[in-house]
Amino acid sequence: MTAPHPPPAPMRPLRISAYTATSAVGLGKAALFDALATRRSGLRRNDFGSTPLDTWIGRVGDLEAAALPASLSSWECRNNRLAWLALQADGFLDTVQQARERYGADRVAVVMGTSTSSMGQTEDAYAALDAQGLFPAHTREPKVHTPHSIGAFVQEALRLSGPAVTVATACSSSAKVFAQAERLLRLGLVDAAVVGGVDTLCGSILFGFNALSLVSTQPCRPFDVARNGLSLGEAGGFALLEREPGGLQLWGYGESSDAHHMSTPHPQGLGAERALDEAMARAVVPMDEIDYLNLHGTASQKNDEVEAALVARKYSPHTHASSTKGWAGHTLGAAGILEAVISLWAVESGWMPGTLNTEDLDPLCGPQIRRQDAQTRVRCAVSHSFGFGGNNCVLVFGQGRAVP
Amino acid sequence: MSARMDREKHRPNLPPVYLDGLAVWAPRWPSWSQAQAAFRGEDAAVDPPAKRPAPLLLPPTERRRAPDTVALALEVASQAIDGCGHAAADLPCVFTSAHGDLAINDTMCSTLAESPTLLSPTKFHNSVHNAAAGYWTMGTGCMQTSTAVSAFEHSFAAGLLEALSFCIAEQWPVLLVGYDTQACGALSTVTKSQGLLAVALVLAPQRSAHTRIALDWALGPDFSQRTALRSAAAQSLSGNAMADALPLFEALAQPVGSAGPSAVVDLPLSSHAGLRIHLRP
Repeated sequence: MTAPHPPPAPMRPLRISAYTATSAVGLGKAALFDALATRRSGLRRNDFGSTPLDTWIGRVGDLEAAALPASLSSWECRNNRLAWLALQADGFLDTVQQARERYGADRVAVVMGTSTSSMGQTEDAYAALDAQGLFPAHTREPKVHTPHSIGAFVQEALRLSGPAVTVATACSSSAKVFAQAERLLRLGLVDAAVVGGVDTLCGSILFGFNALSLVSTQPCRPFDVARNGLSLGEAGGFALLEREPGGLQLWGYGESSDAHHMSTPHPQGLGAERALDEAMARAVVPMDEIDYLNLHGTASQKNDEVEAALVARKYSPHTHASSTKGWAGHTLGAAGILEAVISLWAVESGWMPGTLNTEDLDPLCGPQIRRQDAQTRVRCAVSHSFGFGGNNCVLVFGQGRAVP
Repeated sequence: MSARMDREKHRPNLPPVYLDGLAVWAPRWPSWSQAQAAFRGEDAAVDPPAKRPAPLLLPPTERRRAPDTVALALEVASQAIDGCGHAAADLPCVFTSAHGDLAINDTMCSTLAESPTLLSPTKFHNSVHNAAAGYWTMGTGCMQTSTAVSAFEHSFAAGLLEALSFCIAEQWPVLLVGYDTQACGALSTVTKSQGLLAVALVLAPQRSAHTRIALDWALGPDFSQRTALRSAAAQSLSGNAMADALPLFEALAQPVGSAGPSAVVDLPLSSHAGLRIHLRP
């Protein structure tokens, strides 16, 4: 066990002025919240690529037809298409434009999460090499074939000029963007930050997770006693953070490392617990005021086992905890932002989704983990994101706190 | 008061950070003492050039198959920690790389194009951008936060901004590691990184007995012109995708207290913004 980080200081809440997500269940918040309320899954049999594996995926419908506008066409790839589609939902572009006018383009940061960014475009180039073994002429933009493709694209699409960075810590990426942006805002380095994440289906992740025996041949069943792996998906989502009072708020976050294994979680969940403890210390919320918890809940054997034990020992029995992976699949580097959006919706509307596809909860689960939906006043919502490399992030959301 | 002036008013006066450890690894200058001499214009190259470092933090069975990026990152992180006055397990860490492991990407894309079901599970989990961060935290038992960032040609500066802001915001020391490797295979069509280069810094919020130099820093739109390289050694490394770190390390190589142009370094974050670093004793 390592020396603890000093107890973090209570966090000054940050206002979330706008938020949006697009996934297999549709474009923007309305489609997402309708799917949650009606328990409509976006998962379908894998039809991605020329030799699809026998699995289920959360695929965004019309990306093939959603070409980038001419002014952004040098960024063409599936991932940036999804980013552009997602940016146009819920008036997000307008809200960012207002922030740009209010603060100046150089005072708005862009912090984007992803796991594979534009890797699908690089894979496609390898499948179509020219006679000299080089990339085909239509896809030779260096800025596209690199992880920062997503961060740089979003900055250009939003016409911003402050710091821009891409965070790529696998499945915690677009949760950690909130933490990194909070530091920039706290120090006054910027006045607003666009955070979020975009990840799209590609061969690397489908065949890679398959090689690790982590994908299911059925729609994923998080926390089911008979769960047998995940359903991969794609999503894009964004939030605008400002140092303003009121409204929906980020109350806290915690980040940690497992120091255990590249692709399996710490068996006692010590890294995850450390991130949770830090998040609650920053947010200064007692555990029994957490009304909703969005679980990482991938439906992998090991994640759900470790996470169920963590929830059973740390959370109040009244907390309504669910995994929403059954709706859009595990969207990897976009999971953090997609599930932040669902958690923010829980705070805003009181709607707490259950867990889709799951029939028999693993007896490891405590009373917190629910299959059924519920509605109540949600004082505080927490979201878990745990990634390969033992990379953990926990976010805490609420609303209406006075800002000192 | 104009909106612009109002914003200027809110520009922070940021406290300095203190450099407690540093490292550079390149095949001809595989330690800070060699790189420091070379960046001062001395002839310090090792001959023959060093082979990639052995990742001694990993179990013996995993050392040979560790990716180059992991071997490089673990080497400079270990060198920077050595004698810095902080234990690796106590240090949150920021890893940055423009491209991640290019050899793994080339292998994976080739396999996917030919026989995708033969994709190696080890190659896949080593392909995540935070693989080096994962192996470092495992090898040192570090449960502090770790991150892995990327910003194309400005990846060192982007990692440095995250390390600086973490260090000041949390008042806690932090390890920054940057690395990039040689582009290979068909990826070379678009990715122009040459050779191996890795760098590391240990930054602390308070001066200590281990402090080598103090860094004042600022973020702004006026610092987007990269400080030019002066030494032949640094210029010879400028084809690597982590080369945006070199102006800072070249300045750090000068004798402490020698004022002059080397004491101010601009590190662009993009064509619109950058970091300005002032070095002082």
